[in-house]
This record gives sequence, C-alpha cells and structure tokens, in this order.
Amino acid sequence: MNFGKFAVSALSLALAFSLSGCGKTEDAGNVIKIGSVAPLTGPQTHIGKDNENGARLAVDEINAKGLELGGKKVKLELLGEDDQAEPKTATIVAQKLVDAGVVAVIGHLNSGTTIPASKIYHDAGIPQISPSATAVAYTAQGYNTAYRVMANDAQQGRALGQFAVTKMGAKKIAIIDDRTAYGQGLADEFEKAATAAGGEIVAHEFTNDHATDFNAILTSIKGKSPDLVFFGGMDPQGGPMARQLKRLGLNAKLLGGDGLQNANFMKLAGADAEGVVASSPGLPIDSMPGGPEFRKKFEAKYGVIQVYAPYAYDAVNVLVAAMKRADSADPAKVLAELPKTDLQGVSGPIKFDAKGDTSGGAVTLYEVKNGAWQVLETVK
Amino acid sequence: MDIFIQQLVNGLVLGSIYALVALGYTMVYGILELINFAHGEVTMIGAMVALTVIGVLMGAAPDLPGVVVVLAGILVAIPACMALAFAIEKIAYRPLRKAPRLAPLITAIGVSIILQNLAMLIWGRQYISFPALLPVARFHFLGASISLLQIVIVVLALVIMAGLWLLVEKSRLGRAMRATAQSREVAQLMGVNVDRVISATFIIGAAIAAIAGVMVSAYYGLAHYYMGFMLGLKAFSAAVLGGIGNIAGAMLGGLLLGVIEALGAGYIGDITGGFLGSHYQDVFAFFVLIGVLVFRPSGLLGERVANRA
Repeated sequence: MNFGKFAVSALSLALAFSLSGCGKTEDAGNVIKIGSVAPLTGPQTHIGKDNENGARLAVDEINAKGLELGGKKVKLELLGEDDQAEPKTATIVAQKLVDAGVVAVIGHLNSGTTIPASKIYHDAGIPQISPSATAVAYTAQGYNTAYRVMANDAQQGRALGQFAVTKMGAKKIAIIDDRTAYGQGLADEFEKAATAAGGEIVAHEFTNDHATDFNAILTSIKGKSPDLVFFGGMDPQGGPMARQLKRLGLNAKLLGGDGLQNANFMKLAGADAEGVVASSPGLPIDSMPGGPEFRKKFEAKYGVIQVYAPYAYDAVNVLVAAMKRADSADPAKVLAELPKTDLQGVSGPIKFDAKGDTSGGAVTLYEVKNGAWQVLETVK
Repeated sequence: MDIFIQQLVNGLVLGSIYALVALGYTMVYGILELINFAHGEVTMIGAMVALTVIGVLMGAAPDLPGVVVVLAGILVAIPACMALAFAIEKIAYRPLRKAPRLAPLITAIGVSIILQNLAMLIWGRQYISFPALLPVARFHFLGASISLLQIVIVVLALVIMAGLWLLVEKSRLGRAMRATAQSREVAQLMGVNVDRVISATFIIGAAIAAIAGVMVSAYYGLAHYYMGFMLGLKAFSAAVLGGIGNIAGAMLGGLLLGVIEALGAGYIGDITGGFLGSHYQDVFAFFVLIGVLVFRPSGLLGERVANRA
C-alpha cells in the first residue's frame, strides 16, 4: 500500500518533470499526448511491453515523417502506463491519463481491464482503440469511444463453428463451457455457427473456471459418441480436460478458442495435447500483408515480437489517420472521423462496424503437432 | 450400461481420495471434537511439496524412471505434512484446548487461510502441471475404460484404510487413541500421554493427506494453491455423511460421496431435460451434507457420537 502511494507520487513527480522539460524545448500546444496502457509488471509483462513497443514504433515513425494538423507542425508523445492486468488498477491509470490530457488511448491489453477503463474514456469523451481485447462486451456497451482492431470472440466462435463442420468434418458435436463471460460467449457463438453449417449438437455440458474433474461430464458425453468436443474456456481447465478425454478413451477431437492456444495448455495437457485444435484471433505475423517488413523494423529496435505488437502499431496509425482527416487532434473531431476508417494496416485491412469492431477480423486455427502449435489455416 | 459402469468407476476413484482426506477430519474430531478445517490445505501442501521434489529430481536426474521420481516425491511430502500438522496442532490448537469449542474452530479456519496464502506466495497463483511420469496403461472392463493409475489409487486407498483400521483396533497407540476419544481425563488417569496421542492423531492424518494430495494431482495432472479448499469441504461432507468421529464411516462416506457426485453430474442434465446441468457437480456433496444433517445428524455409522452428545 505504502509502496503504491510512493510509486504514484514518484511517477507523478517524474511526469511533472518531463512535462516541464517539454515546455522548455518547444511549444506545449504542439505536443499531442496519446496514452498506451498494458500490464508492464507481473506475469504478462512481456506481452504488455510488446503492445507498448508496437505503439511506440508507430509514434516514432510518424514523428520522423512529420505530422501537420490545422496548419501547425505537431509532435506525438506516447505516455505508457501499467495496469498490471488488474481491473482496479486499470481504472486508476485510465483516470490518470485523462487528467494528463491525452487525446486518445491505445489499450488496454486484457478484456478484463479494457472494459472497466472504457467507461472512464467514454465519460471523458476520448477515443480508445484496443489492440487485443476480444470480449464482445467491450464494444457492446454502446460507447462511441470504444474501438478494437482485432476480431472479437463472436467472430472467433463463428469461425470455429464453421471450421469444425466444414473442415474437420464433425457431424456430432459436444460442447462444454466454463460459464464465464468469455467461455459461454464463445461456446454460444460456436453452437450457432456449427448448427447453421449442418453439425448436430449432441450434448452441451457445463463446468466452472476452478474445476479440475471432468470425468463425469466427459463420460456422459462419451455415451452420445460425438466426433468433436468443443471447449469454451481457458487452459487451466482445457489442459486436464485433454488428459481426461484421452484417458476415458473418448474418440473425439478437442477444439478450443484462444484460451487454449498457448504454451501453458501444452504444459498442462502434456502428451495428450497432440492433435488438439484451437484458434486465435488475428493472423500469424508472417502471413500479415505487412508482416515481414514490420518484423524487420520492430526487431531492429525492440527484439522479438511477442503477439499483439502489429495490432498496437495499426491502432496508432488508425488514430493518426483519423486525426489527419479531421485536421485536428480534438477528441470530438477525431471521434467523428474514426467510423470512416479504411486503412491497410500491417495486420490487414481495417474498417469498423457501427459498434467499433473490425469488420474484416481474421481468425487463425492452430493444431498441436509434434508438441508445438502449428498453423492450420486462417479464416476471414 | 457401459456408461453407467464408467461413471461408477469415476466415482469410486474420486471417492477413495475423499475417503482418505475424510479420515483426517474424522480422527481429529473423534478425539478432540474439533473440525480441523486446515486439513484440506495440508493435502494441498502435500501435493505441492511432492511436485517440487519431482521437478527438482527431473532436472537433476532425468534418467530416473518415472515411478521412482513420483515415489521420492511422496516420500518427501509425507514427513513434510507430518511436521506441518504437528506444528499446527502445537501452535494453533493446543493452547486453545480448554477454550470454548468455537475458538479452535475459528483458529482452524484461520490456519487454513494462512496456509493457502503461504502456498500462493511460495508456489505462485498459476496451475502447476504434474509431469507425465507414470505409465499410461488402460484396461477395458465391461465397456468401461480404466487406467492403471485409477486402479493404483483405489487399491492404495484400500490398503491405507485397512492399515489404519489395524492400527486403531490392534495396536497400543490405537488403544490409547480410542481411550482418549472416550474420555480424555480418564485416559490421562490411566497413564495415557494424551498430548502425545493427540499429536500422533494429527500426524497420522497428515501422512494420509499427503498421499491423497499426490493422488489428486497425479490423477488430474495439476496442482494449485486453492485445490485444498474444495477438496477439504467435500471430504468433510463425506466424514459427516459416514458419521463424523467414526473411521469406518469416513471410508464409507467418502466412497459413497464420490459415486453420488459422479452419477449426479453425469445424469442430472438428462434427467431434468437440460434444466439443471453438470455445472451443479459440486452441489451434490453439499446437498448430501444438508440432507444428512437434517435427517440423520449422526451420519450413517455414527452411533457413538450420537450417544456421546
């Protein structure tokens, strides 16, 4: 607690110094502040830093090229903040950025932090573009300030449902979801899409996000002999589920969303991860239209790309393009221009629908082969 | 039919683990009339210690056969849990032995929270995976698929239960335990070292809990700092179902509860036409607990406690 207070006061002191520093060198009116929020401490540090670096790369490039708004030369300044992947901290840093006078925010990284922070940005009337939050709820709140540049969970669920039936040839499908906003949302979209594609849902079972015993529900599912089991949930459940599925001799493929498509799932499932298919929103970096070039630029400056850096980079460019069209950095004018976005980003073409979701978000499917996630194909 | 057999097997495996943990609750209750809510956490610590040893051994000697590594993990976890239980009893419960019954109960809950947070600090919040060290062999029996690990769990649990029964019924220590349970004062007058008997009870319960903890983590392939909480509550329900304070009751209650849970979760969706689903899996244990408390508070085999009350 004391350390938190100390850190906040130290940060604000540093901020005050940096602001006064700016004032000396150039006219303060010519500096446009943009916030970038991601977890920069804790277990997700590497992914959070990746987001910030992606945004910083775009900001540096734009500054090097020179930006002119309303007939005046302006300079962008990126204020990086740490939300620790905690919803509580997210609202604190969001308010801090608003108070610091940012005109827009790139972030946050997690859905759980993006959603509570979005209310603060909405109340302040400044645009927020998340590079990586996928929960449907984020853009479903009716805020005209909330945007994202990555496919959401509904798009992912639909892609998974179609893929299961048309590409994996599943006829009888069993669904398990963990009753969380994420898992249930994904499973419901999956069910709709799979049914529409001609698959038959033979069972829909439920668990929770603390469970480790799935023997009973998997046995009950086994009695309905499905050829595919879909799990809407995260890797702490998905891992043991994969193990128990094999152990019960259930002859069905396991399919999941981005909650499973990670390294931890492989660790928890062990050898039973083999053959599991899972999706992740977005494209693998090398299949992105501007991927290889972006990788070269990024790696020269910051090292290896983790995941979402290209999306953070695109988010900044979407924002600056809207500023250019508005010929102003005034948040209200930028907000009026954001819906007209039509940009060829590193990750692909970016257009927004009425809610602020990308209309052309891609979803990539991966399969575990020889103990590693391998790209199967990308669905748009 | 084969699905029914499979659910029965699932339930028996789960039930043997519940029974082992329930023994710890019931033994302590039998002697002290204390519900040792920290017992679930002792189980968790057992799993965590074993996993740490297994991790170190796999790094230091990758050529060791998996069974040896797991056995080494168990052999370190058992004394670790025994020492922990001894310390808990000495520090948290013994000073309160003459206090009103509510005081040690609240202390027990406190110890449980402390252990959980301690484990979170030491091992972190993430799920720790149990490496695939044990041979995976599957057998088919009446259409059900049974793994070697499941057979080992059930057989080992039965052996431990039989051993404990022999210890309590036939050994000197067992006689002292039974005497202390009947009347602490009279046992003391007869020359029984009551403090030592109580310590022994905690230590024996903890040793069994350590084995149960390793079983759970090997069975589900993971462990985490929170795993003891639900396991402890279920085992407590099992002990109450069998009649708390009664060792045979804990065994019967554990097995029965495991089967009820597996059959319940497996069939509730079909029976209620999808109105209630399998996410009510954890509820059955507590339905049973409430049912027993309302209709047969002494439990299935719990005459003695009823007499004493």
